[in-house]
Amino acid sequence: MKHQMIKPYGDTLNDGIVQLSFTLPVEYSEKAKKAAELYASQLNLENIVVAHASRIADNFTFFIIYASAVPMLDYTSVVSTEVKVPHMKIHQINRLIRDKLKRKIVAVGAAIGSDAHTVGIDAIMNMKGYHQDYGLERYSQFRAVNMGAQVTSEALISKALELNADAILVSQTVTQKDTHIRHFTELVELLEAENLRGRFILVAGGPKITNELAIELGYDAGFGPHTVPSMVASYLIVKILEKEGIK
Amino acid sequence: MARLRINSRQVSRMKKLATEISSDVQELISRHSSVSIERTILRLYGVDGVDEDGTPIPNLVADRVKEKEGIENGISHFFAKTMAKTGKSSQKTAEMIVGGKIDFSKLDKVPQEKVIQTETALVDTALHVLDSSRERKHEKETTYPSPKPPLRYLIVATGNIYEDRTQAESAVTSGADIIAVIRSTAQSLLDYIPHGPTTEGFGGTFATQANFRIMREALDRISEKEGRFIRLVNYASGLCMPEIAACAAYEDLDILLNDSMYGILFRDINMKRTFVDQYFSRLICARANIMINTGEDNYLTTADAIDNFYTVTTSQMINEAMAKKAGLSEELIGLGHAFEVDPEIENSFLYELAHAQLTRQLFPRSPVKYMPPTRYKSTDIFYSHTLDTLFNLASILTDQGIHLAGILTEAIHTPLMQDRHKSLSSINYVFNTAASLKDEIEFKRNGFIEKRTRQILGQAEKFLKEIQKKGLMKVISEGKFADIKRSKDSGKGLDGVFEKGPLYSNPIMDRLEQDIE
Ligand code: B12
Repeated sequence: MKHQMIKPYGDTLNDGIVQLSFTLPVEYSEKAKKAAELYASQLNLENIVVAHASRIADNFTFFIIYASAVPMLDYTSVVSTEVKVPHMKIHQINRLIRDKLKRKIVAVGAAIGSDAHTVGIDAIMNMKGYHQDYGLERYSQFRAVNMGAQVTSEALISKALELNADAILVSQTVTQKDTHIRHFTELVELLEAENLRGRFILVAGGPKITNELAIELGYDAGFGPHTVPSMVASYLIVKILEKEGIK
Repeated sequence: MARLRINSRQVSRMKKLATEISSDVQELISRHSSVSIERTILRLYGVDGVDEDGTPIPNLVADRVKEKEGIENGISHFFAKTMAKTGKSSQKTAEMIVGGKIDFSKLDKVPQEKVIQTETALVDTALHVLDSSRERKHEKETTYPSPKPPLRYLIVATGNIYEDRTQAESAVTSGADIIAVIRSTAQSLLDYIPHGPTTEGFGGTFATQANFRIMREALDRISEKEGRFIRLVNYASGLCMPEIAACAAYEDLDILLNDSMYGILFRDINMKRTFVDQYFSRLICARANIMINTGEDNYLTTADAIDNFYTVTTSQMINEAMAKKAGLSEELIGLGHAFEVDPEIENSFLYELAHAQLTRQLFPRSPVKYMPPTRYKSTDIFYSHTLDTLFNLASILTDQGIHLAGILTEAIHTPLMQDRHKSLSSINYVFNTAASLKDEIEFKRNGFIEKRTRQILGQAEKFLKEIQKKGLMKVISEGKFADIKRSKDSGKGLDGVFEKGPLYSNPIMDRLEQDIE
């Protein structure tokens, strides 16, 4: 296959221009500016211009730098792992469920752990939906139960068992100090410990979630910013048919 | 100054409705107390510290009394009796109770007058804590020049109190007047206050009395260096509202986030618990000269700002009425609101001006607190910075009391030092460049902005009438605030609320209430 080598673009192909800003824990001075330049050179940048430097506190200096990045990347070697199912519309999804699965899909969702952010999970599950795309509650062929936020993993699992759910939808917004990783992992471990992992399609979501990260954490799929409910619904019906061996 | 024409008779009618609503809630408050209120009494009597598991002594004492004696009649009298018996300090007495060294059955032998004497002395100590904090603040207010509003309010949220201190100092260097230490996630659900300096928080730093002190000392130092009084903020919300207020009084905090409904709506804390706790915490704030900030801005993060701004106005009136019941003067009631209209809507800035100016004029003496755009912040930090610039303009133009700095990285992470610096440089620029703009312009009669404010007042009055008729708790249970439903007998912390017994007394509360009148 042909290689396609790329690097950042400013105003001329392959000029490699990047902008970056950072703070160094040193007092503003000529020496500090030199340090910023040298540091940038260690990041594999050249033609470094320390465009701006200012003192933002005792012993802290802020920099804005423009430079040319050295390395090139072969674009053909890049693989991304976003969820790959055809994105269908609400009526297509409902029809598919009715015709093929012949029963409603049951999905239980929550923001788990200490996370109090509900807007993300609500956007996917509640009637109103997100960006003119109706939420799962609006689907005639879905039974969607949104448990809200600050829900424990135990409570979420027991609800999923009680309703005999097909899918568990989990949201995490707070990511500082990897809080989300801890919460996501705790849920998977609990499911595994109870031998329940295979029973549900497990979907993670949130502003810092990628499909790749979700899979790494033991989930079936992950959805990040700008997800609309129909993407999730499309994914769920395709996966459930696959899981149940229905063609 | 540019002013909207608003119907003052309508406003008085609305405030009267709000007072009636709060009186109805007050009736419930007066019949109940909570474990947190009882622990607050112990804290103000001088009980502090934790056992080897990190459980606070005030919690251990309250639990022990609850188990052995029952807590329906309050902890104060019982504690005074025990102290009269031991003849030791309050701390020592508390430790003896926890250590099982008190024979509860022998306490009745203590002469009543000795108990009363001890209790009166304890209450005097408690009031002295609040009064001396008030005086120290007053002294700073007279030593340093009064800052020109809007006051620049910056948050720190590293999770580590020592890093917070570094971040706070840098914010002050760049122009901050107020520093708020954001609390760690889920602290609001802890039914105790953690102890000692802490360095591990998530999305914020634990509120502990030791952390309050560390930050207070740093800000006092920098106040002196800069010749400006730098105010310190924390959160009296969640399950420990009055206890946090007590710790804040000990450590001279200036402002507490303290809303009568936030915990119910956004943290699923039981309504009764929140209403009962907010009242005592506000009595403490009033006495210790701690300003409260309310949280109406949050409503607009879950409900649409155009359709639901009237709920902000309504809630501000109810919060104000409840705060006044606790003796807070208007100058100490910093009502909240926010710049949260969808920026893709044409003329969204006009809506923002209408909302901000309306809040300003409805509460002329309140240091109203204006919150920046958050929900429409993008991860495109360059775009987000322009949103904040317009927010800054709206703030200076409508003469806000407190201006919470918008941060360009709001949609990504809690602020870095450089983020705060960028934010302040935009604020400093706009506040300076448009300093007197408000004195040069007028709102067009019957223009878009005036009409919008009339619409909000109409909706809010109707809503207040509905609440007055149905009761506040019923309306909350119907999901009318922030699109969130909470019922009276669910939520966290319900088991810590109790109906007062026939002999209940809280002499600190009695004295604070007496002195309001
Ligand atoms: C609204 C909001 C709040 C509201 C939440 C109200 C509520 N009921 O949800 C309130 C005011 C209560 C709040 C509180 C806090 N917040 Co907040 N909040 C925000 C804010 C402004 C918007 C978040 C939002 O609603 N986005 C809109 C939704 C639709 O987007 P989304 O969540 O990304 O969801 C989409 C996708 O991710 C995906 N998705 C999400 N979940 C799921 C789940 C599944 C299964 C699927 C398939 C898809 C999916 O689909 C959605 C639609 O596309 C952000 C800043 C910002 N602009 O992003 C901060 C922010 C998220 N909050 C933050 C913090 C730190 C807090 C607090 C911890 C602060 C504190 N110390 O008190 C507290 C939370 C306490 C707690 N226990 O969690 C930080 C998080 C920092 C970090 N990265 O860790 C942010 C980024 C602000 C900041 N810069 O500091 N917050």
